[in-house]
Amino acid sequence: MNITKKGKFGRFGGQFVPEVLMPALEELEEAYERFKDNPDFKKELDYYLRDFGGRPSPLYHARRLSEKYGLKVYLKREDLIHGGAHKLNNTLGQALLAKYMGKRRLIAETGAGQHGTATAMAGANLGMDTEVYMGAKDTRRQRMNVYRMELMGTKVIPVTSGSQTLKDAINEALRDWVSNVEDSYYLIGSVVGPHPYPTIVRDFQCVIGNEVRQQIMEKEGRLPDSIIACAGGGSNAIGTFHPFIPDTDVKLFAVEAGGSGLKCTDKAALHSASLSVGEEGVLHGARTKILQDPYGQILESHSVSAGLDYSGVGPELAYLAETGRILPVNAEDSEALAAFHELSRMEGIIPALESSHALAYLAKAADSGELGDIVVINLSGRGDKDLEAVLEKVGQL
Amino acid sequence: MRISDKFIELKGRKEGALIAYVCTGDGDTGEIVHALVKGGADIVELGLPFSDPIADGPTIQASIQRALDAGMNPDKYFDMVRKLDVDVPLVVMTYYNLIFKRGLEQFAKDCSDSGITGIIVPDLPPEESGELAGYCEKNGIDLIFLVAPNTKGSRLEDILKRGTGFLYLVSRLGVTGARADVALSTKEVLDRVKTDTPRAVGFGISSGEQAASVFKSGADGVIVGSAFIDIIASGQDVTGRLQALASEIKSSLR
Repeated sequence: MNITKKGKFGRFGGQFVPEVLMPALEELEEAYERFKDNPDFKKELDYYLRDFGGRPSPLYHARRLSEKYGLKVYLKREDLIHGGAHKLNNTLGQALLAKYMGKRRLIAETGAGQHGTATAMAGANLGMDTEVYMGAKDTRRQRMNVYRMELMGTKVIPVTSGSQTLKDAINEALRDWVSNVEDSYYLIGSVVGPHPYPTIVRDFQCVIGNEVRQQIMEKEGRLPDSIIACAGGGSNAIGTFHPFIPDTDVKLFAVEAGGSGLKCTDKAALHSASLSVGEEGVLHGARTKILQDPYGQILESHSVSAGLDYSGVGPELAYLAETGRILPVNAEDSEALAAFHELSRMEGIIPALESSHALAYLAKAADSGELGDIVVINLSGRGDKDLEAVLEKVGQL
Repeated sequence: MRISDKFIELKGRKEGALIAYVCTGDGDTGEIVHALVKGGADIVELGLPFSDPIADGPTIQASIQRALDAGMNPDKYFDMVRKLDVDVPLVVMTYYNLIFKRGLEQFAKDCSDSGITGIIVPDLPPEESGELAGYCEKNGIDLIFLVAPNTKGSRLEDILKRGTGFLYLVSRLGVTGARADVALSTKEVLDRVKTDTPRAVGFGISSGEQAASVFKSGADGVIVGSAFIDIIASGQDVTGRLQALASEIKSSLR
């Protein structure tokens, strides 16, 4: 619907990659068009999502949270999906696509390790060689996730170039793909990168929004007034929002990581709010909103939540924000941490720090009335992975 | 100097072109360029360093990082290029975001004002290149495209139609960096890419011997980067060794 030109959302998106990848992207686009509506492919993916992944995930009425904020709050429980986050929706879809394409090897990047872990699960389950690039700094910060991936037979490759974080892991995964494009499938973790990835990943994540629509109609007999989701690259956000885009009465809030304030130093941003305050540019194959210096050098981003800590954002989100269909807002580290504790105490659910940003926006905006009476928050992941980070932060505060 | 004039001159002498790449701001670029030209480089590619160089291997990545750490930026870059006093075509190689951020028209104009006559953008495939190509043409600058071993069919034809200056033939799948095995896939690519535009082969060439075999396969020139950068990175007798390596490679192209 939004694709006006090949792989473009308005003027965003496109394919800014080395020539050697262009034939591979063409092959991927053709394969995706061929298999996405193929009954065997769909049946097999549905099977894995249900029996391996645990779908559908519940839409839970958070009673005590609703009482506190004076509106009806529903949580979409992606934290209950196998692996503890929405990431598996995408990795199962793409790994299966890779298998249908006859590729034998999966490569992926990961920041904190969530996408890497979800790729390792899909790779192990479908019997494919899996290699995951991870910033060397992140491999030290997230030793448990490295071990989780290794347990499932994935080779984790530490990346020592650049800032040694997610953007460098993407660079390195792209370099691997450039070199091994014939037998390898690059399984990207969010709605970023060159066309057709933003579309493919969105489509696989739309299962979230499609379920929400059905579930809220069953429970309330109408659509919600607002939907809130956190956005780093933006895959859980667009997956939740996309089925509601034609429903213009439903407000869609994309909550970015405000970090420790919407400011920048020479080399780094203190936040990851590329939709809110980023500028137009080209990063990792797509024209989108990015964090950059006045010359166009990419700035490192910051967030207490590793999954939101990225200098770019999906091109479709950049487009939807520009047209006003989605509303980019943000929550700072401290607000996300407060929401993390609140949901744990009030509902017995420990949310991921990423999802805590979405919850934090509820706390910020509930009084203003802009959220309406019924709000759905995508609880994109569970917080067990974050306990060490939170302990460290709480000790600091 | 226009790239096409250089190739006409070389053709008259039955020589292949040595195209040397270095990253601007890593070491004393003025001295480095003079040494390369003195050794026999026919065209110099001056890298404008970008923070996220996805098409480059470890050697050039490290060079880019050193240049960025030393404070190189597009303003200083054009100043430095303007001051270079060499009589060979100069080509800028950089990633698209730096061009996009400066403004396509401004970038093309800055190139023209500083004496640059060619632009190579490794992350700009022809599909996305239309606008920049327009400004290049207006400013008398060649937009140079890469052809990969897997570029085929209508995409290859499209590139051949658009390419000016020379075509940058990538010798193998992968990123930049010196390699032992260059010859085989090079022959295959050269056989497939039929055009009147000069064809230069790059990615992996580091010695006179390799250059000679590429030249014999029918290439109009070779592009050498990482081998020069290894010398710059060593910090040992840099200009002397750069000149010697350039001279060794150039003599194999005669």
